[in-house]
Amino acid sequence: MESTILRIEQFSAFYGATTVLKDIKLSIPQNRITAIMGPSGCGKSTLIRCINRMHELTPYARVSGRILLDGEDIYATDPIIVRRQIGMVFQKPNPFPTMSIYENVIAGYQLNGIHLSKEEKEKIVTESLRKAALWDEVKESLHRKGTFLSGGQQQRLCIARALAMQPEILLLDEPTSALDPKATSHIEELVGQLKNNVTIMLVTHNMAQAARVSDYTAFIYLGELIEFGSTGTVFTAPKDKKTEDYLTGKFG
Amino acid sequence: MKEFPVRKRIVADKIFKAVIILLSFACILPMFFIIFFITSKGISVINWEFLTQLPKPVGEAGGGIFNALIGTFMLIAISTLLSVPIGVLTGIFLSEYRKGRLVYLVRLSIETLQGIPSIVFGIIAYVWIVVLVGSFSALSGGVALAMMMLPVIITATEETLKLIPDSLREASLALGVSYPRTILKVVLLSGLSGILTGILLSVGRVAGETAPLLFTAFGSPFMDFNILKPVNSLPLMIFNYAKSPYPEWHRLAWGASFVLIVFVLGMNLFTKLVTRRWKVQF
Amino acid sequence: MLGNDTSTELKYPMTLSKDSATADALTKIHARVKARWKSGFSESSFRKILYFAGICVLVLLVAIFLSLVIASFPAIRRFGVGFLFGTTWDPVKGEFGALPFVVGTLIVSFLALIFSVFLSLPTSIFLGEYFTEGGTPTFIKSMIELLAGVPSVIYGFCGLFLLTPLVRSLEVKLGVAPYGVGILTAALVLSIMVIPYSASIGREVINLVPTDLKEAAFSLGATRFEVIRKVILPYARSGIFAGILLSLGRALGETMAVTMVIGNSNFLPTSIFSPSNSLASVIANEFTEATGRLYLSSLIELGLVLFMVTTVINVLGKVIVRRMGVEG
Repeated sequence: MESTILRIEQFSAFYGATTVLKDIKLSIPQNRITAIMGPSGCGKSTLIRCINRMHELTPYARVSGRILLDGEDIYATDPIIVRRQIGMVFQKPNPFPTMSIYENVIAGYQLNGIHLSKEEKEKIVTESLRKAALWDEVKESLHRKGTFLSGGQQQRLCIARALAMQPEILLLDEPTSALDPKATSHIEELVGQLKNNVTIMLVTHNMAQAARVSDYTAFIYLGELIEFGSTGTVFTAPKDKKTEDYLTGKFG
Repeated sequence: MKEFPVRKRIVADKIFKAVIILLSFACILPMFFIIFFITSKGISVINWEFLTQLPKPVGEAGGGIFNALIGTFMLIAISTLLSVPIGVLTGIFLSEYRKGRLVYLVRLSIETLQGIPSIVFGIIAYVWIVVLVGSFSALSGGVALAMMMLPVIITATEETLKLIPDSLREASLALGVSYPRTILKVVLLSGLSGILTGILLSVGRVAGETAPLLFTAFGSPFMDFNILKPVNSLPLMIFNYAKSPYPEWHRLAWGASFVLIVFVLGMNLFTKLVTRRWKVQF
Repeated sequence: MLGNDTSTELKYPMTLSKDSATADALTKIHARVKARWKSGFSESSFRKILYFAGICVLVLLVAIFLSLVIASFPAIRRFGVGFLFGTTWDPVKGEFGALPFVVGTLIVSFLALIFSVFLSLPTSIFLGEYFTEGGTPTFIKSMIELLAGVPSVIYGFCGLFLLTPLVRSLEVKLGVAPYGVGILTAALVLSIMVIPYSASIGREVINLVPTDLKEAAFSLGATRFEVIRKVILPYARSGIFAGILLSLGRALGETMAVTMVIGNSNFLPTSIFSPSNSLASVIANEFTEATGRLYLSSLIELGLVLFMVTTVINVLGKVIVRRMGVEG
């Protein structure tokens, strides 16, 4: 039986007077891939941005409720510490343009002023790039700038950069929506392999991707959690009518 | 209905176009005149002695502009040191806080500062520094020039940083990097070329300034690295020598003008080249 | 098959390190690093510093204004508003009236504007309407930018040695006192210096005139000249005016070039050939020789007048430019 690594309790999020998420209650299992799916604007991106406390960077953003990582309320901890334990990969790949591939991977440490010896750095870079399935493609050109890579490679670089911090959870916010189909399938395979190392939450508006990749699926609609369960069950025997309507394309 | 005959209108049109073209080219003639005269009168004066010697007293032939060169660099160094930190920080302030009353007032202040005549900055530096120190000084000259550099640096910084996409900030923040470090180590670094342009441009501008130095740096026939003492600068020297009645000094002034214009125009060119090479693509 | 689909062949080798030593080493590194997690430089301190920088700039401007007022105080108290209308500037007698310099400044500046518009407006039309792209326009644009970069003292120097002999021979021909220097010379030099400011703004507003407006006129059979006269210029009128205003602001404050060729006379000018002084040039000429509080504060009050006038004109010009949507 898998353990729960993240517990979301009675959680709501607001932008000023608008409620974006309403009373979300969710338990995320460790070392599994949980997909968050739903139509555009339903609040799924907001949810994961609340998990790594990026939501509050927007003016007039507010939250209520609790999110517990390994039993500790992340809103009671320094957000910087939270973000070092929960990594995020964004929709559009965003490697740092002034840094080389090597420097990008190790950026989480460098920028934070954490001192590492050369061997430690090399170990982290090699291992992270291997985990992100990018090592063989870039091992000869580690000191070139990251922006010369293709879209799919850049996204894997961003994944390597996030993995280098050894996070407990990796949040992926529609990571393949800006990529071509070939790159998309690479990333999907990669994500499948990664769950041994890290818990994954994947936001996607592509329900087929959720079906392909995830172990568990949560369906969010209009800021509310409609259904959550193992992917097989949610897709073949949804409990809620709204879920069924979404899956059959009645809206979305 | 009386109509103006078509032929006359077409002729008028052609004449107009010719006049426009003529006057436009006439517009740039002065530039050619200036460059031509300064080069022809000034280049013969340039030699190693000229560049490395101190000015000689009236009546003696020869002498050079060495103290003016050193003084110019001293003044540029002081004013850059004073204006860059506040300028860049204010530029960051304006680009991070886009709206608000303070932002509006600061923008207004910058626009006002930009339009103030340079001699007024000289008066201010006199009232603040010269009176305090008790004598004319390189420091007061540097302060006056720093106030002139400030608006340009602030504007360049703000405009550069506004162009940097939010995704860069988010990438850094998501790694658990603190906000100050994100701004300084990621955003600022990406915008370095634009900020450097602003700094170099303003340096080029103040290198040629005379009015704010007339009663601050004041000028001096000697060379002194003490920033609390008066100091000579290239434009000051040109001014003093040009209005003097001595032909020998006029000759030196042409040489100094040549050096100055090469420096200022060279700086402009250099700035354009540097920014193109260092520009970060997104 | 739902869930983890491993049926598709992996398209690239997954060379994950199975080496447990490396895995251990990484965990050790991470534990060591995690023990030293700290936030570093505080966000709120940084934000406070940013605010402080902004406030510094604001305070600077206010301090400049207040310093000018305070330093002018002896003169303000002595002469009051009459300072601006006093016609005598006599340091020996202790009588300080600013009118000669106000008049000198205004005449030189307006004359310079008129002269410069003759060259800058055609250039704006040339670059904004006739030849907007290509090698020659870019060359002309760069040349004009260079004009703006030439230091003032060099304009003055060239004006003094190249222009004044010409003006002098003109004065001889006209039977006027052959000073060579004077209001006319200063206006001529100044006009060249302010061309870049009105030319670039003028060019931008003329370029911004909507194409459909122009095409409508052309399709009615108008010549280029007529379209420019009747459609483009009226439309761009306020932008061109703003550019001229900005040039005026620059001209009023210009010091060195004017000082060197205006002739340094403290009397009310009587003709455009008279030697004179502008607000800026008299400060430049007499500041270091000023003896006594009244003399110095009178000069500083001239600086205060200069400050206020140029500020008003510049802000006005910028407001108009912004309303036209042009990047000044």
